[in-house]
Amino acid sequence: MSTENAMLEEFSQREYEHGFVTDIEADSIPAGLSEEVVRLISEKKGEPQWLLDWRLKAYRHWLTLEEPQWHNVNYSPIDYQAAVYYSAPKKKPQLASLDEVDPVLLETYEKLGIPLEEQKVLANVAVDAVFDSVSIVTTFRETLEKHGVIFCPFSEAVHDHPELVKKYLGTVVPHSDNFFASLNSAVFSDGSFCYIPKGVRCPMELSTYFRINAQNTGQFERTLIVAEEGSYVSYLEGCTAPKRDENQLHAAVVELVALDDAQIKYSTVQNWYPGDSEGKGGIYNFVTKRGACRGENSKISWTQVETGSAITWKYPSVILQGDNSVGEFYSVAVTANHQQADTGTKMIHIGKNTKSTIISKGISAGVGQNSYRGEVKVMKNATNARNFSQCDSMLIGDRCGAHTFPYIEVRNTTGKVEHEASTSKVGEDQIYYLRQRGLSTEDAVNMIVNGFCKEVYDVLPMEFAVEARKLLNVSLEGSVG
Amino acid sequence: MIATQSDAYQESFAAFQADQSATSPAWLNEARQTAWDRFLERGLPTRRDEDWRFTPVASLAGRNYRNVQSLSLASDTVETLLQRAKLDDDFHRLVFVNGHYVEGASSHQDLPEGVVVENLASSIREGRDLAEQLLTQPVGKEESAFTDLNTAFASDGAVIDVADGVTLDRPVHLIFLSVEDGPTACHPRNLIRLGNGSSATVVESYHGRDGDGYFTNAVTQIELAEQANLDHHKLQHEQRDSLHIASSHIDQKEHSRFCSHYFSFGAELARNELNCILDGEEIVSTLNGLYMPTGEQLMDCRTRIDHAKPNCNTYELYKGILDDRARGVFNGKIFVHQDAQKTDAKQSNQALLLSDDAVVNTKPQLEIYADDVKCTHGATIGELDEQALYYLRSRGIPESLARKMLIFAFANDVVQGVEVPAVVQHLEAILLSSHGLPDV
Repeated sequence: MSTENAMLEEFSQREYEHGFVTDIEADSIPAGLSEEVVRLISEKKGEPQWLLDWRLKAYRHWLTLEEPQWHNVNYSPIDYQAAVYYSAPKKKPQLASLDEVDPVLLETYEKLGIPLEEQKVLANVAVDAVFDSVSIVTTFRETLEKHGVIFCPFSEAVHDHPELVKKYLGTVVPHSDNFFASLNSAVFSDGSFCYIPKGVRCPMELSTYFRINAQNTGQFERTLIVAEEGSYVSYLEGCTAPKRDENQLHAAVVELVALDDAQIKYSTVQNWYPGDSEGKGGIYNFVTKRGACRGENSKISWTQVETGSAITWKYPSVILQGDNSVGEFYSVAVTANHQQADTGTKMIHIGKNTKSTIISKGISAGVGQNSYRGEVKVMKNATNARNFSQCDSMLIGDRCGAHTFPYIEVRNTTGKVEHEASTSKVGEDQIYYLRQRGLSTEDAVNMIVNGFCKEVYDVLPMEFAVEARKLLNVSLEGSVG
Repeated sequence: MIATQSDAYQESFAAFQADQSATSPAWLNEARQTAWDRFLERGLPTRRDEDWRFTPVASLAGRNYRNVQSLSLASDTVETLLQRAKLDDDFHRLVFVNGHYVEGASSHQDLPEGVVVENLASSIREGRDLAEQLLTQPVGKEESAFTDLNTAFASDGAVIDVADGVTLDRPVHLIFLSVEDGPTACHPRNLIRLGNGSSATVVESYHGRDGDGYFTNAVTQIELAEQANLDHHKLQHEQRDSLHIASSHIDQKEHSRFCSHYFSFGAELARNELNCILDGEEIVSTLNGLYMPTGEQLMDCRTRIDHAKPNCNTYELYKGILDDRARGVFNGKIFVHQDAQKTDAKQSNQALLLSDDAVVNTKPQLEIYADDVKCTHGATIGELDEQALYYLRSRGIPESLARKMLIFAFANDVVQGVEVPAVVQHLEAILLSSHGLPDV
């Protein structure tokens, strides 16, 4: 046991692999939040009046809100006046080719293992890389344009497709939705906009890489994806962030709209800086993600692998409005060291014959605290609604915690809702068995944990599944012995 | 808002103090006053409290209830209610009317040696240590507005104290009746203590008379020493226009066994809380419950199990059958502390919806801080199984009867867990009568 403990120590003290700071001159506005700042952000981005009005409405509403306290995470109070709400790399390159990108940036991406060229060629992935708050590179635009797919930075969409943005912005996550969503609505800097026209199957996986860079800069991304009738899109979001001592606030909002027969698959791998082994630093990740299955037979699927952040607070949800619509949520959340996660989903059944599936796998190690919080609601008219939920937790070490808070509300007799939860640990017998067969303890644990998460990996796009597996192994390195 | 709701009790508390403080010992007056102050400060819970999110209690609890100081007895109502409440003439019986003990209707002779079965008022008068000990210590893990209200008005209730190694031969039946005119409140406080290796069976039942709506706010404190064994039953048959709030707080020591059976039929709003603290190894706790709201009834069942020590097993099964516009709330919390390795906790909650207007809110909740544990919970909500229904109908059973059979079978799971024949008979009769199972 003692060698195992030593290994455990070593594992939980693992340093963050992607911790480095890119030295780029940033154009930031002074710290603090006020109506002035909101106006300034809007002005800097050259936004139309209606968007500024919307931001101000959100800001004024945010002032009336209190920070939520119901979650099962602890953190020192956030000083919203100490954060910088806008920062853009100063040299915004005009890009004809990747060669013109600031070499420092390219190097950063390489360190992260996502060389753009390679991905461009090999993976056939269009990358809209968000570096701090302004988009710098967008590839494969032409291919997408040919299909009529719009995939561009949010700020560009505001100028080029105002009618679409105006029509859908805030319709899934209204400006008054919650504390963090209101804050985002007031100060969001950039993000991605994606529109798939009627009947189009998006020819490639769309993806963005988020990265938090300039010190003290909270990131407020806003993503909006609209899938028109009969269209399909798979969207990947992946994140890593450099090492920081101060806690950085991240409050993103993602809105998905699926019309008749449309399908959206949204996958996330989140590996932001989780803080050091003492629990110092790390990203505060307060995210509002929601999809609306507006049309009949539409489908929205969320898949997430959350291994980073000091605090993860996120509940990707699906509002099943259209008849026969389907919502899915697959999640792996890992909390090691002092990480805390309060994550889960909401499935709101409104239409008839709506179905939802929830598979959540929580893994706690070190002194990490992992909570699943979910809600399944079957409204009165949701005849024959069906839900299946499964929340499994795995504990590694005896100082961590795993918690589940499922809420179930049913208002229709034909609704069928099932919820299952279990908690277990990596069994000594399992490790013993694998070691007998020549595997190291570490490999044995990785194998067991990966097996535990298999149901979720299976639904991840292939390149993500590989990355996710790697991340998980690294995150849990040394947690067991 | 909060101030005015607490005001509703201000007058009765003043009257209660005037009536009681002269005859009560100093420690009790002090405990009442402390609880009262805390209650004033806290106020009644609102829907903003997470624990009361689905249970709007403020309007019912904020009414002007009158405390019944003395009783006009021997009314026919009492007799009728009592006849209905009695389960078995052999049981030891303590009867309380509007919160006050009624000697004449009670019977608890021939108790084994070392067993005290009496009412709380006499316990206090006699200066027994159990009363002082339990009334002055915090109720459960922490007080709530309603336990504070109960302590502030604590004057009577049942006391069962069983010495080491004694087995109480016959069940003790505690009967609580509310019969007065007008909106009245009573705050029964029950204390149960079982010594090392002793065992007992207790049945609590609550009944009332139609009227202007009354409020029962009961608190039961239970202490089980090593290897003690308690079978606890609660039958909630309050009148349809009443408010029933109750909480039981169980403190268990090593190798003890606690079994709770809760059956909820009455009240406009009924809330029952069970808080079990497993403070010893090798404890087994079983919590079973059945709630059957119809009409506009709201039934809220809450259980909290604290696994504080290793090697304990808990089993929990709660079932609900909801009809009309009824609402059901279930919250089952299992808390496994860091030391509680090898815990095995199973929880299951099933609800059957018979009407599209009925609503169920279920929140099973696991909080686990130990790594070598087995915890599972399952929750299902749905309607009757169409296939089973089809099977029965294909054998010539009319649909209405087939439905009734299936509902009976669903409920009977919980009833069959009861080991006292008289209670089983009573429950089966209710399930089979038109009062229990809805006519479908």
